[in-house]
Amino acid sequence: MLEVEGLRSRYGRIEVLHGVDLKVSQGEIVTVVGANGAGKTTLLRCLSGVQPVSGGRISFQGQPLTGVPAWKRPARGLTQSPEGRQIFGNLTVEENLRLGAWNFKDERVGKDMEDAFQMFPILREKRNLAAGGLSGGQQQMLAMARALMGRPACLLLDEPSMGLAPIIVQQIFDVVESLRGRGVTVLLVEQNAFGALRIADRGYVMENGRIAMQGAAAELIADPRIREAYLGI
Amino acid sequence: MSELLQFLFSGVTVGAVYALVALGFTIIYNASDVVNFAQGEFVMLGGMITWFAHQAGIPLPVAAFLAISITAAIGVAMNKLAIEPARGAPIVSLIIITIGASIFLQGAAQLVFDKQIHDFPAFSGDAPIRVGGATILPQSLWVIGGALAVFVGLWIFFTRTLLGRAVLATSNNRLAAQLVGINTNFVMTLSFALSAGIGALAGVLATPITLTAYNVGIAFALKGFAGAMLGGMGNPKGALVGGFLIGLIEALTAGYLSSQYKDAAAFVVILLVLFVRPQGLFGRKSTDRV
Ligand SMILES: Nc1ncnc2c1ncn2[C@@H]1O[C@H](COP(=O)(O)OP(=O)(O)O)[C@@H](O)[C@H]1O
Ligand SMILES: [Mg+2]
Repeated sequence: MLEVEGLRSRYGRIEVLHGVDLKVSQGEIVTVVGANGAGKTTLLRCLSGVQPVSGGRISFQGQPLTGVPAWKRPARGLTQSPEGRQIFGNLTVEENLRLGAWNFKDERVGKDMEDAFQMFPILREKRNLAAGGLSGGQQQMLAMARALMGRPACLLLDEPSMGLAPIIVQQIFDVVESLRGRGVTVLLVEQNAFGALRIADRGYVMENGRIAMQGAAAELIADPRIREAYLGI
Repeated sequence: MSELLQFLFSGVTVGAVYALVALGFTIIYNASDVVNFAQGEFVMLGGMITWFAHQAGIPLPVAAFLAISITAAIGVAMNKLAIEPARGAPIVSLIIITIGASIFLQGAAQLVFDKQIHDFPAFSGDAPIRVGGATILPQSLWVIGGALAVFVGLWIFFTRTLLGRAVLATSNNRLAAQLVGINTNFVMTLSFALSAGIGALAGVLATPITLTAYNVGIAFALKGFAGAMLGGMGNPKGALVGGFLIGLIEALTAGYLSSQYKDAAAFVVILLVLFVRPQGLFGRKSTDRV
């Protein structure tokens, strides 16, 4: 479904992705784990088209994404819940969700919003409040729900657990896992390697802008090098 | 008493023009956080192009329509040529670019048209309407009605339509707006078109009363800016109320103090707002920006 080959990207003159190869198949949950600064966010920014690519290629559902502007990618089935939530703080929770379905005007929008409220009941309670007033965990839920409102075939999630209390992290990972049953393919970027690998099918370990290791999630969790470097065990 | 009423009438009339300018500021500010100081030039262009087309024999309503359309196109061009290429530059730089654009448009108008003062006929004649010992021109009612109509239109746009919310979303978080599929460049284009069109409409409505010339833009920009600041930058209701208040303050200053101090009133208001209540009458305290 998503294929990345030799992807390079730079900030100004400094290259931070040095040829990344990665593949996500239909229906999978794939995670990219790695330390802070490894290039995970840059990778997702490239996939969504908000970051210039300086080499390599990305294809999605068999078609190259090269030259497709960021704003056209959600309509192709690729949406993202970005690092740091990036909710529309001056709009209400409901308006945030409605804008998530920007490309759609049919009745399914209401149904999808109902689904989102079922997934995250707290959002229903706060639906008419300004999103900027939500707690960090609630903002994360909103960011994910907003990305799901875009009816993604593949959802990109950037550090959904960052800075959240363990109980909220658990709730969010549960929801990510439940996406499997909804036919949404997931590419999950996390520093919380243990949490991510536990729900993923496959994983990639990213180090300094390169893929250092990859494999089935269960194998990676069992790998002694990973246990030492990323799981702190 | 009738003297006061007369001052109030003239204050509300110019205030309506300032309100329209302030509403123009609001739209571009909402989409991009940029204060567009070329806003006054749109007013000038609205008046000048209408005059030019009208004296060339085009019926007034058609001339006005042309002026508004052409000015909207100029606004779009300004965004494409001057603002969009500088995207990512600090807001201050963008604001300075708008000042440059303002000077350019003024120079261009001087070349394309001339340096004379112009007007065209009022829409519903010049016979003053007597109200409680004072008089008001029919054209004043056009200006006031225009400001109110634009306000209602914008209010509906921003609070009731998805596209209006997309404009707000774009200003709040451009990255997130792109990630949900909003074409943020189009939002900017739309904002400049709307804003320039509203500025031109102000020029069309006001010229029979205030007259026009290539250099009237700056005064409109400053007073509209004062109105927008007073009401709270970015808030359409604030722009409307602020614009009317500036007009009233100006008219009362001119009436009871001296018309020499008239133009100083807007500056005093800007300073007072900055010191006492930077967020303006209706503004939120600086909102969370991510
Ligand atoms: N806006 C930026 N400008 C310059 N360098 C950046 C920028 N954002 C990230 N970087 C650099 O790119 C590298 C990868 O960052 P990032 O993709 O955010 O990593 P991760 O998400 O894995 O923490 C880091 O060295 C970081 O310092
Ligand atoms: Mg990151």
